Amino acid sequence: MGRYILRRLILLVGTLIVTSLIIFALTQFLPGDVARLILGREASPESIAQFNERFGLDQPIVVQYVDWLTGFVTGDWGVSFSAGNPRVSTQVIDKLGNSLVLAGFTLLIAIPISVVLGIIAAVRENSWVDSIVSIVSLSVVGLPEFVTGVILINIFALGFGWFSATTPPFSELETLGDWLNVLVLPSITASFVLIGYVTRMSRAGVIDELKKDYVRTAKLKGLSPRQIMFRHVLRNALLPTITVIAISIGWLIGGLVVIEQVFNYKGLGSLLVDAVKQKNLPVLQAVSMIVVFTFAFSNLVADLLYALLNPRIRLS
Amino acid sequence: MSQQPVIEAKGINIDYRIGKKWLNVIRDVDLSILPVQIHGLVGESGSGKSTLALGMMRFMADNARISSGQLLFDGEDIANYSPAQLRTLWGKSIGLMPQNPLASLNPTITIGNQMIEAMMLHLGLSKNDALKEAEALLLKVKLADADKILNRYPHQLSGGMQQRVMIAMALSTRPRFLVLDEPTTALDVTTQAVILDLFRELIISEEAAALYVSHDLGTVAQLCDYVTVLYAGEVMESASVNDLYAKPLHPYTSGLLASLPGSATGDQSRLSTIDGVAPSLVERSHACVFADRCPVAIDKCHTDKPPLESIPNGRLVRCWRWEEIDSGELIPRNRPAGLNESASPRENYVLDTQSVSKRFGERGLFDRLTGKEPDYVQAVDDVSLKIRERSTLGLVGESGSGKTTLARAIVALTSADSGEIELCEMPLSKRLNQRTKESMQNLQMVFQNPHDALNPYMTVGDTIGRTIQILSDDYKTKKSREKRVAELLQSVGLTAEYATRYPDQLSGGEKQRVAIARAFATNPALVVADEPTSSLDVSVQAVILNLLKDLRAQEGASYLLISHDLEVISYLADWIVVMYLGEIMEEGDTQDVYEVPSHPYTEALLSAIPLPDPTVEQGEIRLEGDIPSPRNKPTGCPFHTRCPRYIGDICKDQDPPMRDAGDGHMIRCHIPIDELIVLQAQAVRGGE
Repeated sequence: MGRYILRRLILLVGTLIVTSLIIFALTQFLPGDVARLILGREASPESIAQFNERFGLDQPIVVQYVDWLTGFVTGDWGVSFSAGNPRVSTQVIDKLGNSLVLAGFTLLIAIPISVVLGIIAAVRENSWVDSIVSIVSLSVVGLPEFVTGVILINIFALGFGWFSATTPPFSELETLGDWLNVLVLPSITASFVLIGYVTRMSRAGVIDELKKDYVRTAKLKGLSPRQIMFRHVLRNALLPTITVIAISIGWLIGGLVVIEQVFNYKGLGSLLVDAVKQKNLPVLQAVSMIVVFTFAFSNLVADLLYALLNPRIRLS
Repeated sequence: MSQQPVIEAKGINIDYRIGKKWLNVIRDVDLSILPVQIHGLVGESGSGKSTLALGMMRFMADNARISSGQLLFDGEDIANYSPAQLRTLWGKSIGLMPQNPLASLNPTITIGNQMIEAMMLHLGLSKNDALKEAEALLLKVKLADADKILNRYPHQLSGGMQQRVMIAMALSTRPRFLVLDEPTTALDVTTQAVILDLFRELIISEEAAALYVSHDLGTVAQLCDYVTVLYAGEVMESASVNDLYAKPLHPYTSGLLASLPGSATGDQSRLSTIDGVAPSLVERSHACVFADRCPVAIDKCHTDKPPLESIPNGRLVRCWRWEEIDSGELIPRNRPAGLNESASPRENYVLDTQSVSKRFGERGLFDRLTGKEPDYVQAVDDVSLKIRERSTLGLVGESGSGKTTLARAIVALTSADSGEIELCEMPLSKRLNQRTKESMQNLQMVFQNPHDALNPYMTVGDTIGRTIQILSDDYKTKKSREKRVAELLQSVGLTAEYATRYPDQLSGGEKQRVAIARAFATNPALVVADEPTSSLDVSVQAVILNLLKDLRAQEGASYLLISHDLEVISYLADWIVVMYLGEIMEEGDTQDVYEVPSHPYTEALLSAIPLPDPTVEQGEIRLEGDIPSPRNKPTGCPFHTRCPRYIGDICKDQDPPMRDAGDGHMIRCHIPIDELIVLQAQAVRGGE
């Protein structure tokens, strides 16, 4: 097991190095001159040269990459191009916190619901219950987030008035109620997509396991259907689902661009969009790296969890 | 003497629902088992034997039902028991020993925690008491280190150990009735022998009744007291094991017994076969279900269904002509059509391998970073063998002996690490992409599982035609290739129409014939056949073995035949090579290897064969434990850890010499040939 973890960690570092290269290279190929874009069309050649020197943009690309990477690893993510030149780290970590809260809340809603739905559908395979679960879970996957988001706002915020339609600044959120007010609708919107996938996965997992010979052994021990499901089936059936959930964490951290726009939620997604619009390279690079890191790390955790729950890997 | 049967089926019918229809798959079966009795249930695939066996436990698929009949367990009809009532029987009074022990154990729960469930549920034991009891049970099924095994997971145990765990688990609540559903099919013959001994012993000591389901007439003869023969969901015949094997009254039973490879003795060099295929469950007529394949069927058989008659000696038989067969007037026999052309081996060698070795285990990125040596597995270790033209070399050994790896190295599906391979006196490259077209024409392979070996999206004609197109220099036009495909199909006993069919539309035996036709498409000098019949029924196996024998005579090909079944090997092979842990332990003429003297390992293999004759005792030599892992191969003689004839430290410390027992019969053992002869002759006399 120790060897397995070590190997996975080496792979993680390798992945991060390769993606950092890709991210850095891609930001270099963005069209247009950064200094001119930031300083405006009227800027003098002197101020442009000054800008480039200040941000190290006049150095050779290799030097820029090494500087950036060492800075990134040591926590110095540079200075943002945006107004006031705040530190990139404060800007990003602030939004990362918001995104993590949203992601965590979404998982809290989506996972129990979808796992339970999946089990129910699997146990009643091919019955009307199964059909309804399948149809509902597939159709909510199919709906685009901006549609479900807008519908939810119209019903629950504008219609019933349970939630405020505009998001107040995060610094003003104090009580749990304040947070829930902000979190519930975007979380539900994001859950819809997840519930679809995870329900299908857990349904398929349980159906596969129920066909296996060890379930027959358990039945022939005289165990009740409930004992068979909880003691024997679930642990094996949900192993593949863990991987899907882990991958979705990466998506929840960096991929909720649309949902964040619809609800005006200040997370990493909206920061990323702003950074692209403003050619704010340091922020763009930092956010991309954070998202990649979250993906890689949650995959690592999923693999380790999978191994921990699966003695065939743990003990090999 | 009139004991009450533990379990008794009276006129049981089991139906499956397919779409909206109920399909009758088990028809009017009578079967009863007394305490301490092992009842064999024999039938080919599709006969419904597993459905019936599980049905006897009142365990059925969700879409199955008992449509009529009684199922008496200790005199009480359980046919209409509710699920809750059944749960009080299952795991307590009724248990199952399944075919595949690994799949039947939960992979993520420890052995101990799986064993205690039934005891806690039915005997009301506490967890600690149940664990203690589980440990005692593991000792009872002769598992050393029982306390450690309780904390292991199923995948950490060998196949034999897993099956012992299943036995211990089934016995934990002292059940009255056990179903053994092909419990040794997945095991090596040496392990099978040990497990069967254990069954016999435990069923007697527990006074249980057992139903033993098998397609293997050998194990049935050795283990069972009574036998029922099932065909297309109906009982054909039922009798005590001695009566059945000595005097089968149903033509189907005679056919099955005659198709065993061991039954072809003397100059009758072909096996009897049963023509045709079993009827599908849908098309079963109201006539005798076996009539279409029966060699002695009369008009009445095709119109009226014979009743299941009770006849003297407690036998049951379902045949219109059993009385004629009983009196000896009628002998139902499928005389094999056509005689073999004699095909004596020639002097020159078609294959000559020198010191072939292959080990597995690559140094991965991680190993290189940490500078660690990976665990190499020496699968084949310095093996040399020669095959004469027009002969068959039989390669024998348990799983893990390296026989399949050697075969794959010869056909270059895996590249040998070292050694020389010569085909028809031309050196062969070890890598497939460096081999010439000509060498590939001359060297073809038939695989173990015909279901996986044919591309399901290609017709039979395309599969064979493609081999011809790629490898052969003749048959340039499509038309000529089609003609050649038709010829090949005919040579394996299929009609030319089969060319347009897809593998899904063929039976297992037909698929294997197609695979053989494909292998012969380029007139190969050598065909490597890896367990070509092990996934087939006995009656189909006989057809394939006859076919291989015919093709050897007609096409002048040679075979490298790999099998764990010594009966199959002895039927086809002229020369036998016995492998153990990647090394050759013995080789010689078939006759010589099967007789005294042989290597102690070969002796143990032969002793473990369950002979399909209840009057002949099985050999007494049993190998303890499992074949060691090739990762830590024993020093000295690789067999010394299990050898029943171990003579001392010399076996442990020194590589044994190859000793010549005459006529090229080589035995690799520290015991001199003369002493082996004396020891083994004593054993044979002692066993009689």
